Amino acid sequence: MELQSRRASTAIVISPNGRLDQEHADSFKQALDPYLIECKAGGAPLVLDFSAVSYISSVGLRALMLAARQVKAQGGRIVVAALTPIVREVFEISRFNLVFAVFADVDAALTSLATQA
Amino acid sequence: MKVRFWGTRGSIPVALTAPQIRAKLIAAFTRAIGQRLDNAERITQFVDHELGFDIAGTFGGHSSCVQIEAAPPHSAEHLICDMGSGARPLGQEMISRFGVAGGQTYHVFMSHLHWDHIMGFPFFTPAYIPGNRIVIHGCHAELEHAFRRQQAAPSFPVEFTQLAANIEFDTLRAGETRDIAGFRVTPKKQLHGGDSYGYRFERDGKVVIYTTDSEHKLDNAEERDGFADFFRDADMVIFDAMYSLADAISVKADWGHSSNIVGVELCQLAGARRFCMFHHEPASDDSAIASLLVETRRFEEITREGAPLEVLTAYDGLEVVL
Repeated sequence: MELQSRRASTAIVISPNGRLDQEHADSFKQALDPYLIECKAGGAPLVLDFSAVSYISSVGLRALMLAARQVKAQGGRIVVAALTPIVREVFEISRFNLVFAVFADVDAALTSLATQA
Repeated sequence: MKVRFWGTRGSIPVALTAPQIRAKLIAAFTRAIGQRLDNAERITQFVDHELGFDIAGTFGGHSSCVQIEAAPPHSAEHLICDMGSGARPLGQEMISRFGVAGGQTYHVFMSHLHWDHIMGFPFFTPAYIPGNRIVIHGCHAELEHAFRRQQAAPSFPVEFTQLAANIEFDTLRAGETRDIAGFRVTPKKQLHGGDSYGYRFERDGKVVIYTTDSEHKLDNAEERDGFADFFRDADMVIFDAMYSLADAISVKADWGHSSNIVGVELCQLAGARRFCMFHHEPASDDSAIASLLVETRRFEEITREGAPLEVLTAYDGLEVVL
């Protein structure tokens, strides 16, 4: 999976697309890994812009959990923004909304991260 | 084939408290405001169809015990999955149905030997009746030891040797299909502390899967496909949906249980017809379990690609005819 990324304010916004399911979760995680390695204490936080993610399965959620765990261990920060309605429902049913920082849109995520910086 | 649930709670039995019953009554009377409930028929209609099950009933508190009946049900051979505390009311039902003359055979299939799955056996009255036969099937080498030990002093006043029924132990092997009491029975090893085993029961063209205390790690496609094959075309999958997915893969990883999300995904992959959530979290009240059912039905709906998967949640007393 190719990930689009851009620098925005003090954060890096990464934009996956399509389905994060059994078929695509591994390639998503592999594409994300270089960004995760650099996401450390004092470094740029990551904002995952999910506006083009149409679905996420349990395997995709696990990839997200692993990413969050890695970043937390490094002292970095990673958040998710702009969930599509279906993905938002999956987050709520799986309770990922309770363990992952989720924002309504990228701007809200950037504002929050800037405030916490 | 009929499946009857006698115990559906995970890890430890729970009971409704007086404050919880009071809250149900207040909720019921509040909903009754403005209703014309002036005779028994209208009241029954209101309770059965307008109050939710979380108010009018309870999902129950006995630990794991499930009965599988062939049709016709009144044969002298009975299938039971696990001997949690639900085995006590099951035993009473068997006594009221068949009396105390003996002559009944009970085939018990053990998922594993943790306390909540064996604790009902000392209270299973048919075990005390001469002429009854109880065959305890399982894949653990310590099967007999676990049953004898829990009745040994100082843990219980009646020694295992005092049970009057003829009690046998039968060690099964994972992946090996056996014909038992007219059912084709296949155990499958599952991920749980000390191992657990799921069972595939087949008879008269119907398939029931009993898979509890089973964690699914999600990173192993081969394992996932193995379970999908085990569940293949099942009429009902009784599934350990104790945790949310977020808990199951984070703070409660390696605790040996699974989630509603993974259960639905595996059943969809397997082409199963019914998904029945089981082994409820002891901390979940009736309202939480009812909400989980609504959410899981919605998850099935938004992920559906083929035929619909019927989503149920087990409660003590539920009967499902397949």
